[in-house]
Amino acid sequence: MKAFEVVSQPINPQAYADLVLRPEAGAVTLFTGHVREWTKGVRTLYLAYEAYVPMAEKKLEQIGQEIEEQWPGAKAAIAHRIGELQISDIAVVIAVSSPHRKAAYEANEYAIERIKEIVPIWKKEIWEDGEEWIGDQKKKPEGEKL
Amino acid sequence: MITLHYFAGLRELTGKSQEQADLAGKTVEDLMHWAADKYPGFGNGSARVAINEEYALPTDVLEDGDAAAFIPPVSGG
Repeated sequence: MKAFEVVSQPINPQAYADLVLRPEAGAVTLFTGHVREWTKGVRTLYLAYEAYVPMAEKKLEQIGQEIEEQWPGAKAAIAHRIGELQISDIAVVIAVSSPHRKAAYEANEYAIERIKEIVPIWKKEIWEDGEEWIGDQKKKPEGEKL
Repeated sequence: MITLHYFAGLRELTGKSQEQADLAGKTVEDLMHWAADKYPGFGNGSARVAINEEYALPTDVLEDGDAAAFIPPVSGG
């Protein structure tokens, strides 16, 4: 496994926490993002994630570098899963270690915000009555396709 | 030749995940116009373009052998 990767199998969060744990770390924050069943009253059956894998892994690594620059002493590992994910499956894991608590929390939140800005990964929500790529357009709960 | 990559809604719109096109010497802006002309509806989105896995500017010029990817608004996490 790599510290910054796109995977197609279920994610084990502990493996990424272990990657960033070091003697100088006094804190590890571990964020897991999960597939949510209900969004604004619309029920999701499952999600399909797609990525431009080589670029996505490069951008995840870039986020890790940004974290090390902005929070000296912090170290990150990030994995995102693609393919079909069921309700409550882990889509993304972000592990950050740092000497003290505050930086680990802050850098972890920074990572998820950056993922949503620059990492080429797309999510399609499949509902009972349709499907849609999220981010492409406004939600159409009636299920009209792009 | 330039290798073009399509993802998500753009992959479904074009019906392909990649193709080759003779676009060396053209700018990223030219590339967007080329795609919008070829695929009705393509120009409605707000896709960015990445060249060789880095986000590009509209004025960047494509070189023979480049990989150009259309990046629709991302939604990971």
